[in-house]
Amino acid sequence: MGLASEEAYEKKILDRVSDKLVDGIASVISKVRPGWREKNKSKIDEWKLMFYAFNRSPPGIIGATLIIAFILIGLFGPYFAPYSYRNFLYIEYGDTYLVPPGTTVTVTNEQGEIVKEFYFPLGTDKYGRDLLSLILYGARVSLIISLIVIILGVPIGIILGLIAGYFGGKTDEVIMRITDIFLAFPALILAIAFASVLPDRIRPIIVGNEFLKQIFSIVFAADVRDAANFAPILSVILAIVLVWWPGYTRIIRGSVLSARENLYVEAAKALGVSTWKILFKHILPNIISPILVLITLDIGSVILMEAGLSFIGLGAQDPMVDWGKIVYDGAQFFPDRWWLVIFPGFATFLAVLGWNLVGDTLRDVLDPRTRRSIEFKIKKRRSGKQWSRQV
Amino acid sequence: MESSGLRRKILEIKDLHVHFYTYAGVVKAISGISFEIYEGETFCLVGETGCGKSVTSRAITKLIESPGKIVKGQVLLYRDGSPIDLLKLSDEELREIRGKEVAYIFQDPTAALDPLYSVGYQIAETMVAHNTTTWKNAFKKAIDILKSVLIPDPEERVKNYPHELSGGMRQRVVIGISLSNKPRLLIADEPTTAVDVTIQAQILDLLRNLRKEEGMTLLLITHNMGVVAEMCDRVAVMYAGKIVEIGTVHQIFKNPQHPYTKGLLRAVPNPLVRIEKLESIPGTVPNLISPPPGCRFHPRCPYRFDPCDKKEPPLIEVEGGHRVACWLHVK
Repeated sequence: MGLASEEAYEKKILDRVSDKLVDGIASVISKVRPGWREKNKSKIDEWKLMFYAFNRSPPGIIGATLIIAFILIGLFGPYFAPYSYRNFLYIEYGDTYLVPPGTTVTVTNEQGEIVKEFYFPLGTDKYGRDLLSLILYGARVSLIISLIVIILGVPIGIILGLIAGYFGGKTDEVIMRITDIFLAFPALILAIAFASVLPDRIRPIIVGNEFLKQIFSIVFAADVRDAANFAPILSVILAIVLVWWPGYTRIIRGSVLSARENLYVEAAKALGVSTWKILFKHILPNIISPILVLITLDIGSVILMEAGLSFIGLGAQDPMVDWGKIVYDGAQFFPDRWWLVIFPGFATFLAVLGWNLVGDTLRDVLDPRTRRSIEFKIKKRRSGKQWSRQV
Repeated sequence: MESSGLRRKILEIKDLHVHFYTYAGVVKAISGISFEIYEGETFCLVGETGCGKSVTSRAITKLIESPGKIVKGQVLLYRDGSPIDLLKLSDEELREIRGKEVAYIFQDPTAALDPLYSVGYQIAETMVAHNTTTWKNAFKKAIDILKSVLIPDPEERVKNYPHELSGGMRQRVVIGISLSNKPRLLIADEPTTAVDVTIQAQILDLLRNLRKEEGMTLLLITHNMGVVAEMCDRVAVMYAGKIVEIGTVHQIFKNPQHPYTKGLLRAVPNPLVRIEKLESIPGTVPNLISPPPGCRFHPRCPYRFDPCDKKEPPLIEVEGGHRVACWLHVK
């Protein structure tokens, strides 16, 4: 039939965008290191194929959209929020300050003239703060906490897992038993213990240090006046990191145990390549795809856990907010004033769903075998279509 | 020993014992083997699967992993005539010797290459690991190395990943990697088992020529008597963790002394002679956890007599450089 290869890959808009993206990245690297693009032609093609396979998965695209939205909102949301989270409007609505969603409230002066008009698309909380703004600020806290947990926890887990798996014997035994101890720690109780002890220790350090204050207020998009509130958030981060790395150590140790049996590891050893080079250049890159999948899935879990901890009052303190805290504050008014629970809860749900969908799709796309099978499935479908057209 | 006496030794193994501590018991994979390799020769280790050939080759640079352990013995590498015991060196000193002075070629070329890196990178890595050159020069040299192992179009091939090459080419790349630092001793562990017969001939040719050009010493491990006849200067026949016969290729093939060697040679099919059934050695390789007492070959030996199952035969010289461990030759 002479099915041309270009026809087998029908490129849609998304595929062209991702191709451009890969080409862009390649040309940037080529600028730093001349000749890189020519040397790594097959790598670039494989990346493009990876995106192509990813684009064929509707859950993956939905997840990616949610993630990108979450990250963008987390990064820029606070600056576009209609009101600051410190803007207590105290607009009376009935017997509380809780304004329902989609309400325009007008403030009149004594003469009955409209002085100001407020529009609350998602309603307000008990202090009369705009809920939409609070959710935008809360996204930043969730994003930052999940990133910090991953950035701190994953390297610890990776390094310990590599060492335990590769060296084996007593080293392995010691590392894995310590890991077991940490795995046995209940995250919740650890976090409660931390929350009761740590903030009082950290607070004076942050409050007394002008530089730290500035850094944290930029990172959390919070007012410098809330510096004292950064302490409980940090203690939550520390608590999550402490219970988070053992999972990585276990998984990586398991992967290393099988990866080190590869002949190329033995060959590298026999050729005098140093142990650290073997670990980080030959073993780690070969087991990186399950780690990436795990990280993606874990970011969702961390968001959920952080929301859970602040729901029981351990994370952000008034007036700072995160998603768990908004739900916690709104719970007492539920279900009459439903918006305080539903909207932040839905935001959490979408963010976690996004990371999970992407994680699932990445699992298929990063594994060369399943990637190949996705590719063949697409080709088969395409050639089947053409065949039916000819008949 | 007329010819070999004049030549300088490059490697000498003395009374090497390697044990593997398994749940079922201690596997005495190597029990007391000794041999020496002279500069510039091709030395072969032959024997059945599981007789300890690969373990011996790995023990040379202490590549035995737990649960294996080198229990006893010396591995002397001669550098300008003076011996260094490789088993006594620290890990870092050994690392510098591995791949630089003593290099390996492994059996399965597909598995010996890391799928994530280009061929050029993997050749360059070995050179950089031994500080021979910088990355930039190493990549340039990689092209020359690919050329020397007769890979067509080396400028393009350096950029290829292992999966883009054929089995024969991969094996050439593996050879190229081990040659990159011009080792004095090249250990090839069944380099042709994983490739088909035509490529096997090419690979052997390549090894032979490279050895001549670079003046390397080659330790070839194989179970293929044809390869031995074609390639080797001297041969050691191994059985159940021991050397049973050692001599020049001529001595072993023309005048085999040990019953096991005779059996091995008879088990090789000869295309010129039509036979109904190929001869095999009766019985199986002994369990090395509890090897048979006395001569390890005696349960399968057609010539066994009184002392065979009681005392281990010594390795005695029957003619110049030809030694055999068999009671038949003890006078």
